[in-house]
Amino acid sequence: MGILEIRNITLKLDGSKILDDLSIDFWEGHVHAVVGPNGAGKTTLANTIMGLEGYRNISGDIILEGESIRNLSVDERARRGITLGWQEPARFEGLPLRDYISASSRNPKPGDIEDLLTRVGLSPSDYLDRAVDRTLSGGERKKIELASILAMKPEIAILDEPDSGIDVESLEKIFDAVRILKKQGTTVLLITHSQTVLKQAEHAFLLCCGRLQKKGVVSEIEQYFGDKCIPCDHKNNPDLNEE
Amino acid sequence: MNDITADAKKVLSGAGLQDNVLKDPGTAHIVLDRNKILGMNSVPGLEIDANELDEGMEASITVKENTVIEKTVHLCFGVIPEKGIQRIIMDLRIEPNASISVLSHCVFPNAVDVRHIMKGNIDIAEGGNYSYLEKHVHSGKGGVRVYPQAEISVGKGARFSSVFELLKGRVGLIDIDYQAVCAAEAVLEMTARISGRGNDVIKINERGHLRGEKSRGVLKSNIAVRDSASADIENTMIAEAAYARGHVDCKEIVRDQGKARAVPIVEVRHPRAHITHEAAIGSVDSKQLETLLARGMPEDDAVELIIQGMLR
Repeated sequence: MGILEIRNITLKLDGSKILDDLSIDFWEGHVHAVVGPNGAGKTTLANTIMGLEGYRNISGDIILEGESIRNLSVDERARRGITLGWQEPARFEGLPLRDYISASSRNPKPGDIEDLLTRVGLSPSDYLDRAVDRTLSGGERKKIELASILAMKPEIAILDEPDSGIDVESLEKIFDAVRILKKQGTTVLLITHSQTVLKQAEHAFLLCCGRLQKKGVVSEIEQYFGDKCIPCDHKNNPDLNEE
Repeated sequence: MNDITADAKKVLSGAGLQDNVLKDPGTAHIVLDRNKILGMNSVPGLEIDANELDEGMEASITVKENTVIEKTVHLCFGVIPEKGIQRIIMDLRIEPNASISVLSHCVFPNAVDVRHIMKGNIDIAEGGNYSYLEKHVHSGKGGVRVYPQAEISVGKGARFSSVFELLKGRVGLIDIDYQAVCAAEAVLEMTARISGRGNDVIKINERGHLRGEKSRGVLKSNIAVRDSASADIENTMIAEAAYARGHVDCKEIVRDQGKARAVPIVEVRHPRAHITHEAAIGSVDSKQLETLLARGMPEDDAVELIIQGMLR
């Protein structure tokens, strides 16, 4: 039994079935990857687990540590230990980075925020008093968001495209953060297109058309990248799209 | 001012100032409680002439040519009783290549029925620099009516920047009316950050005229209205010369039964001038809110954090 169980979830958006009777178990303390082509339902799954606006009208259930969280709000789910890192993190005009990261921490200690920034590859003296606004690049905001997730010490961290906007040199810092999360016992869900990110995981799930196509160890799912997609006749299959 | 009176201390503490700031002979200041000048100090290169009026004060301030006033000048205006009128008439002249930074504290901590009327004439000569921050501290009773009015002339290559900030206590009524005219290569920045609650009323009418070539101007209003507060913002920027550049920016967050209206008016009278505008009114941005909720913050706390950031 997993710490987080997705049970037969179906979600329609604008009349289209985005998640289709999807069931997945995520195991406690493990790093999982969810991969699949564009439109497979990866981000939708992340948003549905978090309970974001527009992603709550589901059939099926989401079970966290044996209890349904289907009717919980976003902040209630977060207080139960689930959090989400967005593919493109929000900008907060005027909000100092220090306050932004502190907001995630239940018991911040002096020096914690500086330490977290260093861990994600940002110099505290350069960033601490800056606002989390448009003056920061997407990559910088991504790292800052990751620092806020580390500050929260969640049970489950869903990271949507964690390498998006991140330069090659900084990517290792992102992976270090994933390792820190795992070390502190956090279950990590990496939503990704990237083979490099996939390799950080222990288990992987291949989605297509909102359905689970395949699950297993990373080496098995990696074939998806080598062959573009596993053989199937779904509309998202890149091979079919090219024809 | 060597001795700080009890009334002056109330004005200062309401403004969050330590009285030792004003004991520093190198810091120029005026402390006014309703119509009583409780303290005044000047520094070399700065001329201050202030006289009490029946309901306030008339002051003339001049920064002499090529003088840079190193330390921020403090103007502390307060009405400590629950009721009263404070009328301030101020002429401020920045002579060529002079520079000054002024922090104005307007403190009405017990106001039930207080009117604060401020009429300013500001003349910044060529190459001058005037930076002005006006911070208001009001009671929580909503009994303050504030009428700031200013005519500003920004000379060639001069710079004027002002920030009006009212974040503590209830606004009551605020009715800002500023007009600035910029000569060639002058720079104008006017910002208002106001948070309204209860039945507060916020009115802002700011006008910037970019008359000289290569003059630049930004009018910015960041407003939050909660409960049944209302805001009516009308900011106008007119560019009349080649290479004049302007921007009008208004952000308003509306909660509860609050109401907000923003009218950015941009007018270009020269084919080589350019003005942009941006206005966003509505609830808290859903992505910002969901981000903080996803870290476990209760919704009310998350909204407050976002609003405080926007008003910072």
